[in-house]
Amino acid sequence: MSTGTGTGTGNGTGPTRFEVVRQGAREHDDVEIVHYEPQYPPGSKAEKRMTRIVSLMFMLSGLTAILFVLAYVWWPFTDWPSVDGWQYQPGNTASKGFTPILGLMLGLSLGFLGLGILTWGKKLLPHEIALQDRHDGGSDPAERALTGTTLQFIGEELGLARRPLLKVALAAPAAGLGAAALVVPVGMLIKDPHHPDVFFHTGWDPAANGGKKVRLVREDGVTAIRPEDISVGGQITAFPGIPEGNRNKHADSPVLLIRLRQDDAARLRENIKAYPTNAKFEKHPMVGDLVAYSKICTHAGCPASLYEQETNRLLCPCHQSQFLITDNAKPIFGPATQRLPMLPLELDEEGFLAAQGDFAVPVGPAFWEKPSERRDA
Amino acid sequence: MKKRKFDVKQLPAATAGAIDDRYKVATPLRSFLNKVFPDHWTFLLGEIALFAFIILLLTGTFLALFFEPSMQEVTYQGSYLPLRDVHMSRAYETSLELSFDVRGGLIMRQMHHWAALLFMAAIVVHMARVFFTGAFRKPRELNWIIGLLLFWLGFLEGFAGYSLPDDALSGTGLRIASAIVLSIPLVGSWVSTSLFSGEFPGEIILERFYILHVFLLPLVLLTLITVHVGLVIVQKHSQFPGPGRTNHNVVGERWFPRYVLKQGGFFMLVFGVLALMGGLFQINPIWLFGPYEAAVVSSGSQPDWYVMFLDGSTRLMPAWEIRAFGYTIPAIFWPTVVLPGLLTVFPMFYPFIEARLRKDKGFHNLLERPRDVPERTGLGAAGITFYLVLTFSGGNDIIADKFQISLNAMTWAGRIGLLVLPPLAYYVARRICLGLQQHDREVLAHGVETGIIRLLPDGRFIEVHQPLAPVDEHGHGELPYVGAPVPKKMNRLGALPPAVRGFFKPIEEPAPPKPKDREKIETH
Repeated sequence: MSTGTGTGTGNGTGPTRFEVVRQGAREHDDVEIVHYEPQYPPGSKAEKRMTRIVSLMFMLSGLTAILFVLAYVWWPFTDWPSVDGWQYQPGNTASKGFTPILGLMLGLSLGFLGLGILTWGKKLLPHEIALQDRHDGGSDPAERALTGTTLQFIGEELGLARRPLLKVALAAPAAGLGAAALVVPVGMLIKDPHHPDVFFHTGWDPAANGGKKVRLVREDGVTAIRPEDISVGGQITAFPGIPEGNRNKHADSPVLLIRLRQDDAARLRENIKAYPTNAKFEKHPMVGDLVAYSKICTHAGCPASLYEQETNRLLCPCHQSQFLITDNAKPIFGPATQRLPMLPLELDEEGFLAAQGDFAVPVGPAFWEKPSERRDA
Repeated sequence: MKKRKFDVKQLPAATAGAIDDRYKVATPLRSFLNKVFPDHWTFLLGEIALFAFIILLLTGTFLALFFEPSMQEVTYQGSYLPLRDVHMSRAYETSLELSFDVRGGLIMRQMHHWAALLFMAAIVVHMARVFFTGAFRKPRELNWIIGLLLFWLGFLEGFAGYSLPDDALSGTGLRIASAIVLSIPLVGSWVSTSLFSGEFPGEIILERFYILHVFLLPLVLLTLITVHVGLVIVQKHSQFPGPGRTNHNVVGERWFPRYVLKQGGFFMLVFGVLALMGGLFQINPIWLFGPYEAAVVSSGSQPDWYVMFLDGSTRLMPAWEIRAFGYTIPAIFWPTVVLPGLLTVFPMFYPFIEARLRKDKGFHNLLERPRDVPERTGLGAAGITFYLVLTFSGGNDIIADKFQISLNAMTWAGRIGLLVLPPLAYYVARRICLGLQQHDREVLAHGVETGIIRLLPDGRFIEVHQPLAPVDEHGHGELPYVGAPVPKKMNRLGALPPAVRGFFKPIEEPAPPKPKDREKIETH
């Protein structure tokens, strides 16, 4: 079934190169080439045609690569490299085409190269079927036994079995250095979560503000908020009015300040009396119809920011936990299990909204030692 | 003095000789060149992952030259106008610079991201191939385990990578990751503050993720990939059953030159497709998301596709929190810590479990077709269904929005689907396997359907079958069922004339049908 070919030249009279390779593979590498057949008769019209196709692909690859280089250097005709970078220009400008042109040219170049190589391999090289013996299933038994004995003898040479003292003594560095290898990475990384008590304090803590109660401010971090700034049914995100209160340093502090409709506010006031577990306060925590809840979802810590005015539901877009604001932010759907902590509000002497104190429960996702009740309850 | 003549023709041989004198490489080199590889298109899936990894290393090196993993706060003054004067981290600023000010930076960023997505996709599809064909069986259990580790390492590497630009999406992902760490019983809060060096987000997490992303994880990945591929070479590739193929040989092509040309060409194609995607298809447009701010998130925030199944499991999990003796195990612990743990441990032991159940201690170098092991195929189908329900649930808000379905209905559909669909998939896949097997056996016994209807003298109509081998007196073939593909159509037997080749006009004369074949059809 095998087909010899004219490829490979010997010295004229002896075996061809193919025959030498085939016999060598059989005798030295356990490889039997059982079938070897050119795709096209050598020198045939079809073979020449395929050679032309492969060459064309390589040439197109080179051409598109050159276009890539040209685009990289001249597009969009800035005076690169004398300017820094290539200066993206806003609007509908030539710089919009830069990345697509680079991708198109590089992709075409590599694609033509790949197709050229593939066609060369698949169509111009002879098709073959070769067989190789696997020789699997472990080493020769004698070899295996000899290696085993060698290993055993190494153990004997070390002589731990004969010298029990050495065995005991070796345990010392093993234990000591093992402990060192453990203690250094742990020691350099470890941070006590409770000293300082980072989960229990946010930017609303008056203690960190020189004992002064913290005002609610807008996103800019300075503009204080009056109750009348929010329309009925409206809501804004408020931040603690302290330095950097609106930055990620105080990632657990943002609250959603909501102005409920009158009847909803009345219902909430009733419910707060019934379940005061998520806030502590001396005065009533609502100012008029205004109420503030932590924006950080008690499930995974995303901002629960989608407020549906009709139903008074607050939805967290990450995992779709839903909190019913009129029921004191009770989780009513999705994976969240705990109410959003409430920020107790008051009006300060200038008529701006301020927090009576910090949250009573840790903000955000639950953890092992997180109390399920407020601390003073 | 006579000048020694320099013979260019002798140069390769002389160099090779000089090298062999020093390193004695002739024998190992030749056995390497002559190594036989079996060929099947599904064996290329793992190679896509390997090629994507190489492209990740190349593009990632470029990005590392410009990116700074710093959380230091800056005010943006770069060339992207909508974000001018916005406060952001230096990490986000350098990501914007890479996209707008570094020449060719955007295509590198996008190629890197697409390559990461392709890397994970190729791993998943490759694992499915290995699973469904039983390639994980003895002696290849270790390589299956390494492959599984490569998936999870790739997962972590990808997550670390898309956390780095510090845009709104990466920050949200990190926030959820911190919640996951927090949920671990006993040590959660300690691990979280240690990881972030204080409260989330702290000031150092990006630098830690950076060294993980550009050094530690790639190093481990590269090592394991080397071992993975090395084991394939040492153990020799498994092959599908077929003519001449046994458990003790490899039937295919010598590695050099044809096989390696095909591999090289394929690499260039993968590279080319990624370059096209990186240039033409936008991915992760961080400038549209804005910098990470703890109070800001938008709906439709999806992670990269390979993380979506965990996002889905988190969404579907009911609000079951365990509270006892003043301690809490949060609900998020189960879908994000326990589930991935199970998804690591069970597949890791699967080769041994299956061998135990099948009482199978043999070596297996011949693959099994999925239809020949209906229970395994059913299990795989159930697993894929489980994974798909979770992945779709990771985007259930998008589905709810686009198809005007209630979001809560989507969540419930996912919860119910997660329990009902996998067993259903097991049942259906198993029945399909048995049916396919049955059909193969039928062809072996009766032959291929010819489409020729014959009227018998007593008025009955029968379809004429073409037996595959000599038959007994009842017209039944005696070919054994060996789990190899069985021809199902007459042109597979060469009974039809070959198609006329040529695109616009025939490039050869159509061959006349062979008279012998016609005879054969008509006589049966």
